[in-house]
Amino acid sequence: MNGAQDLGGMMGFGPVAGEPEGEVFHADWEKRALALTIASGALGEWNIDMSRHARETLHPTDYLASSYYEVWIKGLEKLLVARELVTSEEIAASSVLHAPRPTSPPLAAADVAPTLAKGTPCDRPPQAPARFKVGQAVRTLNVNPSGHTRLPRYARGKRGRIERVHGVFIFPDANAHGLGPSAQWLYLVCFPASELWGREGDPALDVSIDAWESYLEGAAE
Amino acid sequence: MGSVPPPIGGDNHAHRHDHDDGGLADIELRVRALESLMIEKGYVDPAALDAIVETYETKIGPRNGARVVARSWADPAFRRWLNEDATAAIGSLGYSGRQGEHMTAVENTADVHNLVVCTLCSCYPWPVLGLPPVWYKSAPYRSRAVIDPRGVLAEFGLRLPASTKIRVWDSTAEIRYLVVPLRPAGTEGWSEERLAALVSRDSMVGAGLATDPASLAGEAAA
Repeated sequence: MNGAQDLGGMMGFGPVAGEPEGEVFHADWEKRALALTIASGALGEWNIDMSRHARETLHPTDYLASSYYEVWIKGLEKLLVARELVTSEEIAASSVLHAPRPTSPPLAAADVAPTLAKGTPCDRPPQAPARFKVGQAVRTLNVNPSGHTRLPRYARGKRGRIERVHGVFIFPDANAHGLGPSAQWLYLVCFPASELWGREGDPALDVSIDAWESYLEGAAE
Repeated sequence: MGSVPPPIGGDNHAHRHDHDDGGLADIELRVRALESLMIEKGYVDPAALDAIVETYETKIGPRNGARVVARSWADPAFRRWLNEDATAAIGSLGYSGRQGEHMTAVENTADVHNLVVCTLCSCYPWPVLGLPPVWYKSAPYRSRAVIDPRGVLAEFGLRLPASTKIRVWDSTAEIRYLVVPLRPAGTEGWSEERLAALVSRDSMVGAGLATDPASLAGEAAA
């Protein structure tokens, strides 16, 4: 979706403010927001693509006016309500009004380290040969889906070249909407800045994205 | 620790309340209320929440990545492995898992400088760099890294010659990128531990270079 999360190429946000390496959290509530998000995710009620979509479907004004962990909490609330784990009334009242819905058991403290170390690999065995090969010219589709996508606006309808074939990966555009993994070949596609930004493009800049096969079509050499 | 970090879109002071009177910010109350709900309903275990926080405060951070880079500088076989199969090479040092399931290492060269961004959210290689800094998740960085990376780098104090090619990696999938900065001159024969001390978080995102040991010597002498 063409939401506020799709920021590449926008202007006017001002300079980047660096920060020292040791500053992991800036408030105690940020720690709780991170931990709640991870522990809730471990219930297996949604996947990472659904999480991203919950955040990007915040109103654009809300998204940009919120700090990052605020966005996470607002996204988490949406997921919890959608999965009927908590109700909007419970969130508004800050108290339990309904019996909990049965779920898998909560993540135990002893399982935190192994769970984080294992992660959630998103690659899948290939079922068909890759359509494109390294070095081939491709063009991204000019698409504007109303649902989740990982093809940013600035890289739509652009001609680039396949630089690597990453393998077969879960397709977020389907997975975010509960349509299953629908795994596809994933490619590293590289564009010269002039293709993305026209005459303002830095002549010594290349930008790459990781693009699923259905984002691409073959292009003339 | 009751502050409200700047919004993603930048700090325009329009809607922020600092609560200098010691009161709790709205978001602090909101998170606290949600945590209580989730614990009371039995969906999360408070001890697990503490363990998650402790992990990212004390165990998983950019010193992990610095050890990967130092090993790559010091050990040509490891460097080849890192370039061919970064997930396995990094895993051999004990760093794996969440947000680092599929790693790719990209080496800076004398001619090419690499910079990593996630324009769509905040994808970042957690097992080697820890949680991303605020700037990495903010609109100023995410918007400009792909169109004006030289301008962004200049704000980090890094002014590259116009002849240095820049390659920006937008993390739009689950591949996570680790920049391997150039090894500074004058570090021949250094131990991996000494080398790792030269590798900053920013340098592994591409927003900086490895520390010049000459600058450290200057500090020691000063």
